[in-house]
Amino acid sequence: MATIFQRIGAATSLSYSIDTKTSRRSLSERKASFVVVRSDATKINTGLNRIGGRVDHLITNAVATKADTLAASTASKPGHEVLLFEALKEGLEEEMERDARVCVMGEDVGHYGGSYKVTKGLAPKFGDLRVLDTPIAENSFTGMGIGAAMTGLRPVIEGMNMGFLLLAFNQISNNCGMLHYTSGGQFKIPVVIRGPGGVGRQLGAEHSQRLESYFQSIPGIQMVACSTPYNAKGLMKAAIRSDNPVILFEHVLLYNLKETIPDEEYVLNLEEAEMVRPGQHVTILTYSRMRYHVMQAAKTLVNKGYDPEVIDIRSLKPFDLHTIGNSVKKTHRVLIVEECMRTGGIGASLTAAINENFQDYLDAPIVCLSSQDVPTPYAGTLEEWTVVQPPQIVAAVEQLCQ
Amino acid sequence: MTLARRSSGFLKPLSTACSSSFLHRRPYSTDDTTTITVETSVPFTGHNCEPPSRSVDTNPKELMTFFTDMALMRRMEIAADSLYKSKLIRGFCHLYDGQEAVSIGMEAAITKKDCIITAYRDHCLFLGRGGTLLESFAELMGRTAGCSNGKGGSMHFYKKEACFYGGHGIVGAQVPLGCGLAFAQKYRKEGHVTFTMYGDGAANQGQLFEALNMAALWDLPAILVCENNHYGMGTAEWRAAKSPAYYKRGDYVPGLKVDGMDAFAVKQACKFAKEHVLKNGPIILEMDTYRYHGHSMSDPGSTYRTRDEISGVRQERDPIERIRKLILAHDLATEKELKDIEKQARKEVDEAIVKAKESPMPDEPELFTNVYRKGFGVESFGADRKELRTTLP
Repeated sequence: MATIFQRIGAATSLSYSIDTKTSRRSLSERKASFVVVRSDATKINTGLNRIGGRVDHLITNAVATKADTLAASTASKPGHEVLLFEALKEGLEEEMERDARVCVMGEDVGHYGGSYKVTKGLAPKFGDLRVLDTPIAENSFTGMGIGAAMTGLRPVIEGMNMGFLLLAFNQISNNCGMLHYTSGGQFKIPVVIRGPGGVGRQLGAEHSQRLESYFQSIPGIQMVACSTPYNAKGLMKAAIRSDNPVILFEHVLLYNLKETIPDEEYVLNLEEAEMVRPGQHVTILTYSRMRYHVMQAAKTLVNKGYDPEVIDIRSLKPFDLHTIGNSVKKTHRVLIVEECMRTGGIGASLTAAINENFQDYLDAPIVCLSSQDVPTPYAGTLEEWTVVQPPQIVAAVEQLCQ
Repeated sequence: MTLARRSSGFLKPLSTACSSSFLHRRPYSTDDTTTITVETSVPFTGHNCEPPSRSVDTNPKELMTFFTDMALMRRMEIAADSLYKSKLIRGFCHLYDGQEAVSIGMEAAITKKDCIITAYRDHCLFLGRGGTLLESFAELMGRTAGCSNGKGGSMHFYKKEACFYGGHGIVGAQVPLGCGLAFAQKYRKEGHVTFTMYGDGAANQGQLFEALNMAALWDLPAILVCENNHYGMGTAEWRAAKSPAYYKRGDYVPGLKVDGMDAFAVKQACKFAKEHVLKNGPIILEMDTYRYHGHSMSDPGSTYRTRDEISGVRQERDPIERIRKLILAHDLATEKELKDIEKQARKEVDEAIVKAKESPMPDEPELFTNVYRKGFGVESFGADRKELRTTLP
């Protein structure tokens, strides 16, 4: 995996007198057992005094290593097994312990524990003000979070479903994305806006929306999509630590994925893509739930003699054109598999970006498989037909590789 | 020409000691020990609360400061008007003349650690918070010396050190932000308050009620100030709101109606509100004020109201005139001295404009700065990763 571990920095000095249960003892214990992994999978053990030492070694070429399976982590064994929502919770909890300015706000995140249990147990631990149950007023609690971020707090705003954040679009676009620019750099907005989106199991049209396409043009924000417990925790931590507003897209159907993740603390790079399966014949770019459809199709393809390279792009804004570019240079064929709509979706932007940058390396036009441009129907069979299914991916690869 | 002063025999003669007001000018009176009691023009009206008393204590220094600062603000807005007409300021320009008392009175009652956030009519509030004329004019003209480096414009004045959070273009969107500021103040247990300002037009926005609900629910130190200038752009308040009693709209949240053209009423109300809010949660202040200009420079301001109305308000309720009468009544300065102050203000404004015109327009690289904040993590740009940078925490 071409992921980079970042050392968790020196203990932050909490300059606010807030009663939180900051467990500094456990933080220093964790610091000692840090592992840094370079993109070529060699490990360096860092001590506490190697500030800045690793800079030269990072990402000169993000060529994939022979990745282990999804379930393995590249840190020292054995790790612990978690479900994806637990991984998110771990990431969030660690960050809240580390920095007293991190707080959560959203509907039912406190006493109820979160509608997907991502914030379960946090309210009794950190108090009602740090894990804030808001009324059903997305526009204003998102605005509230942004206002709090302007003063230096680091709120994590949860939308119970990404579709509800459409009500907060004004706050996200105008205030969250633009304030750093229009104030001439005076204010930074270190918010994380997270929530589940995507097509679930017959949830209906309004609860199956893919908002990444609507948000992607907003200048000033970053978007990431997690797909495994490992990258969910890493991206959550990176998003909280980033000084930019980050929108973390989770998926309703992925919350119960199980994986073994490292015991040590790790943070992933927000702007980097993940090499899921290196290959030679075709580059398949995907993210979130479609990664699993692609891997399923990959099994079939391997049996048929193809060698697809699968990349989980993870970073939806900005695109990791380096990893993608290296892959395109190698395979010369690109297939994009996404859950977004065909019109104006992430795939459409990615197609344009790859065409602009790597046109010379392409042997065939880019094929983009996306969901149909329809509101997601309720009926199960129809819903299946709106999203991309593995047989379609197999057919597309066969077509592309002719 | 020194003037013999007598007023209870306590006043000192003219001195040139610097006052703590925000711009360099020679104060005519530095006496802040004499108490002068002023009655507000109309009594306060309370909703769910006991209104404060009509008698406000002040002193000569404060009176002179009010006059000087308001004269400066008025002059700045009028200069902005002519700059707009000579096409040096483009786009939107919303002027605050007529409403200066709100800014001045508020500043007199609070500290620079209390936050203020407002909508797009923010030039004078920026000045009140400690912004300079140069920064204002440069920003209006889009130059690099502006407070937002020329990238914000008229509607995006900010001053972080003075806790002035802007400067927002979308009507009503600043109210949830203001409640967020109050939330952060409560989170940090700082003991400061936030003044979230909006207009009578924005008072009909849903997000205002959502934010008010949350502020009341969690006892946030938020003071919602409705600057009611009776016209939401071109629509009179009685045509837009079923109940134009904006101070009552909080229902369970107490409210106070204040004469916004009287700086002392504003000062008293803000002081009262600050004390109230630190103990009891949010309060709404409705400032009954008036703007002489139209909604913005593209609005003549006379199609939906008569010129008689405008000049009537200017005759009877102008905030600067009120202070002038008070100063003359208490014999703190002569007519001529006050005129000199106004001339001085004009001079300062003209100088600032000249300086602002000299400031350059931003260069092309400025287009891409401050979109993102370079922070934790590795950032990569473009296909060849030429600009690869790592910053460690």
